[in-house]
Amino acid sequence: MKPEYDPDGYRRDGPDFTGEPLHAKLTETWRDGPGLLGWIRSVDHKSIGRRYLVTALVFLALGGVLAALMRLQLSGAEREIIGPDRYNQIFTMHGTTMMFLFAVPVMDAMAIYLVPLMIGTRNTAFPRLNAFSYWMYLAGGLLLWIAFVLNVGPDAGWFSYVPLAGPEFSPGKRIDVWAQMVTFTEVAALAVAVSLTATILKKRAPGMTLARMPLFVWSILVVSLMVIFSMPSVATASGLLLSDRLVGTQFYNSYEFGDSLLWQHLFWFFGHPEVYIIFLPAAGFVSEIVQAFTGRRTFGYTAIVLALIATGLLAFGLWVHHMFATGLPRLGYAFYTAASMAVSIPTGIQIFCWLATIWTGRPRFMVPLLWVVGFVVTFVIGGLSGVMLASVPIDLQVHDTYFVVAHFHYVLIGGAVFPLLGAITYWFPKFTGRMMSERLGKVGFWLSFLSFHATFFPMHIMGIEGMPRRIYTYPAGMGWETLNLISSLGAVVFATSVGIFVVNMLLSLRKGERAPDNPWNASGLEWATSSPPPPYNFAHLPIVQDHTPMWNDERPVAYGLRVEDREMLISTVIEAVPDVREPSPNPTAWPLIAAAASTVLFVASMFTPWAVVIGAVPVAAALIAWFWPKDMNHEGEPVIE
Amino acid sequence: MSSRCPVSLLFLLPLTLVACHRETRDYESDALLSNDRPVAFGANAYHLAQGQRLYAWMNCAGCHAHGGGGMGPPLRDDEWRYGGSMEQMVATILDGRPHGMPAFRDKITEDQAWQLATFVRAMSGRARQDMLAGRADEPANVEPLTLDSRKPVRRVTPKQDDATEE
Amino acid sequence: MKRAFAISAVFALGGCGGIQSAAGRDGMEGSLIGGLFEVFLWTTAAVYLFVLAYLAIALVRGRRHRREAAGLQGQPPPDADRKWRTGLIVFTGATALILAGLTIATWLTDRALAKAEQDSPVEIEVIGHQWWWEVRYDDPIPSRMVRTANELHLPVGRNARITLKSNDVIHSLWVPNLAGKQDLIPGRIADLVLHPERTGVFRAQCAEFCGLQHAKMALDVTVESEADFGRWKAAQLRPPPVPTGGGALAGYSLFQSRQCSSCHAIAGTPASGMVAPDLSHVASRRTIAAGTLPTTHANLAAWIDDPQAVKPGNNMPEVPLTEAELGAVTAYLETLK
Repeated sequence: MKPEYDPDGYRRDGPDFTGEPLHAKLTETWRDGPGLLGWIRSVDHKSIGRRYLVTALVFLALGGVLAALMRLQLSGAEREIIGPDRYNQIFTMHGTTMMFLFAVPVMDAMAIYLVPLMIGTRNTAFPRLNAFSYWMYLAGGLLLWIAFVLNVGPDAGWFSYVPLAGPEFSPGKRIDVWAQMVTFTEVAALAVAVSLTATILKKRAPGMTLARMPLFVWSILVVSLMVIFSMPSVATASGLLLSDRLVGTQFYNSYEFGDSLLWQHLFWFFGHPEVYIIFLPAAGFVSEIVQAFTGRRTFGYTAIVLALIATGLLAFGLWVHHMFATGLPRLGYAFYTAASMAVSIPTGIQIFCWLATIWTGRPRFMVPLLWVVGFVVTFVIGGLSGVMLASVPIDLQVHDTYFVVAHFHYVLIGGAVFPLLGAITYWFPKFTGRMMSERLGKVGFWLSFLSFHATFFPMHIMGIEGMPRRIYTYPAGMGWETLNLISSLGAVVFATSVGIFVVNMLLSLRKGERAPDNPWNASGLEWATSSPPPPYNFAHLPIVQDHTPMWNDERPVAYGLRVEDREMLISTVIEAVPDVREPSPNPTAWPLIAAAASTVLFVASMFTPWAVVIGAVPVAAALIAWFWPKDMNHEGEPVIE
Repeated sequence: MSSRCPVSLLFLLPLTLVACHRETRDYESDALLSNDRPVAFGANAYHLAQGQRLYAWMNCAGCHAHGGGGMGPPLRDDEWRYGGSMEQMVATILDGRPHGMPAFRDKITEDQAWQLATFVRAMSGRARQDMLAGRADEPANVEPLTLDSRKPVRRVTPKQDDATEE
Repeated sequence: MKRAFAISAVFALGGCGGIQSAAGRDGMEGSLIGGLFEVFLWTTAAVYLFVLAYLAIALVRGRRHRREAAGLQGQPPPDADRKWRTGLIVFTGATALILAGLTIATWLTDRALAKAEQDSPVEIEVIGHQWWWEVRYDDPIPSRMVRTANELHLPVGRNARITLKSNDVIHSLWVPNLAGKQDLIPGRIADLVLHPERTGVFRAQCAEFCGLQHAKMALDVTVESEADFGRWKAAQLRPPPVPTGGGALAGYSLFQSRQCSSCHAIAGTPASGMVAPDLSHVASRRTIAAGTLPTTHANLAAWIDDPQAVKPGNNMPEVPLTEAELGAVTAYLETLK
């Protein structure tokens, strides 16, 4: 027998089976099938991550178009370009698209693609669940946007307060569409969160203890746990809303001992952690970019990890700060003021550490680091306006005004989108094998940065000067015209700058300079394989001995995974000691079929409660087919040292 | 701005017509200008909701309760003394009827009468399911309209002119 | 710095203090909050400048390192980070102290606000409707209760306690010149206390999204001397006289016999509809349609003729009136001072 065959007759990788023959064999085992059918049946995390990213960027563009329409309408007083009904739909769709269909999915996209590469494994822990989550996300997004085009788009705000969104004051199916879209995206996010948590805890390369994990992976671990605890709250809220609207339950009817405030509590219990779910992965991006572009390990690893965990925990204790004007007891409010202030301490710690890294490192001012600098300058303003909002008396003046609009765009665009654009630039070579244009990137960055401030800084003042939110027009003579005009002009330039970024991506896909394995000379495991990675990620599993594996001269590897079937290594949770070898699923269409069946169930249940009963049958069938045990002669095997 | 139904989505056209019309917030009551007012009003969720509001504002419940009747006949059943079609209900509301139904002709506008008729028709389960609201924000007084069964119109007293039945 | 200039330029363009501005500080609550805001503003500005300085120095120092030590990579020697660790602890401590200070400042402001609600206030009840404000001035003697709409008159220097209720969805009453806002939530009763310190005219607006015409749900606030307030209230208590002739009398008849009286009320006449704004003294208000149009003959006529053109989606129908009838009704309404 050849040396690469083990006693049971399975081929495994090893010092004798390496290089080109191994590559060919592994590719055959791990690649997707050909054509459209192969793409549909894919369970490869890279393919799923790519489609998540593209879809999320499409929704970003759509949401941006809506924003442009809003700024057009508000560029002058008493404009009549858009009527109240359409404007209410537009701002609702803008918020809903950005929060549910862009911000969380794009972070999921980056995580799904990068986490297995960063921890040195071949796929996520639950690949079919990942595929299912993408189809659910796509279905939810299509439901919302097709409905919008058909004039059934929601119009009660992205937060959909009752009683306005209730059965009496929102006739028709618009709010039902919104509520069911929430169900879709919540299922998708939960699926990804479960998959990533299991991946991060159990699939790390040998030697990558929890204390040696990249900081981005830490942020995704914290975020995934936050998703698991917060998403059910909004799913409950929207489920109760659907029930009130469709079958006449009284959850939100104060005349029958329900309560409109119940909605607000349930929604914001999710809504506040949601914004940290969006921000913490971006903080992870910043840690990674700063490490790569200063040439030293990010300062304060332990402090940053603790800060991530602290933010994740504290985030659950803040939600009432969205409800300071509702008349709840003042003593209770004081607690939320203190907690809301306290949550900025961990974030401040992270910023201190990042800046210390730059100070003591050797920064290269390439585009990703520029985005990080832009992030610091912008996000800190947003954080400080957040500190103002945490104070109840101040909040009672500026709540529901453009001051809040300014605050959250500063923290969401400055704190999440800027790092995201830097991260896309940074990992673009890994995703596509080509470099993005440095010159176009710099132009895009400066244009974005300056126009962002022109668009959103005036809004702080507009809010203090009395301009409320969610208004389709405002009277002349209030003193708001000039500020609104500046903001609208800035928005035009900002939209253009985002367009430049997209153009950069598209041009670079075709004509960008070809990228080597590690074009930035960065330190993480994802740079240990080719750009883009082969379907199997790593030919041999890397062994990790410190925080910066790629900055060592030695690159030890582990041998012994099967080559003709899909097999992955499971390691222990804290010390990442190799434990068991487990089979990994082959491509399959059952996740898509299950998602299609679930889509039918959810969409039909907007119209009749019977759909839940009848629709459960195809869903059950699809799930049974999906989980049907495969052939049993490929069980998990313990690792033999 | 008029309803946005892009031509490019021709394959969704049937859905388009249904969804667009149900959801249009027809606050200028363009439905009055339509050739088929019963559909223009009756298939529009906004008009149904306005009818529900007007039912409370005009104190219809003072005689009809919440459809169960009192001094006035019930509106949730299948018996219609003066006809149960939309046009007949509008005539009832605007011109009044013998035995106590007041004439609302100069008290509400014509489109408001049509809105009320839309709502009254929904009370006997004859509105399309996807337009109905499960309940109103008020003390619960009726079974949810969405769970109600359809009660076809039954003329109780014979009348000279031909009435259209639904 | 370029940005500081930009910021002050934006402030100048924006104009500080108008009739609907939190910068106005025309009430006690507004002043206290404005003072607290200033504390926050200066503190956060200082923190921001510190962060910017830290960033700038980091960039400069980092660039110098790069030039000095090209080609090396990896982590710096272990001792180099020790003083940074100390720096981190100091920074975290300082942040916590600053935030604690801001929290205490908040608490002190809250206490001052709470303490102020003691003396005999003007009792007002505001009920939010889609998309107008019903305003009642309570009085122990029922015949001295005033019912009006879309306006608030307040005596300067005296507390006004406003009880907030909603008839349909969640609204929020916000008089930025005087105080913070409070939500009107159906099924709940809330309080808002105003203590105006300066006379003047102000504008309040609904600050919780409430549907199609949330944007045009405003309220005129007039703060006046005690004497003027008394005069206003007395005028409100007098039912308007029925016109004796001309267009106004024709308009009066039309009002009573047509759709208007189904929804609106005018004191001293049979019109007693409760679901729409009380029109007894509509001509004495600065604006109509909840702050949408100034009260002029042309605007009144335009509003009555086609409410959906002025405020699309609001609940007032288009009543079919001929030119002559419209003129008559408008003339009648103009007599309701």
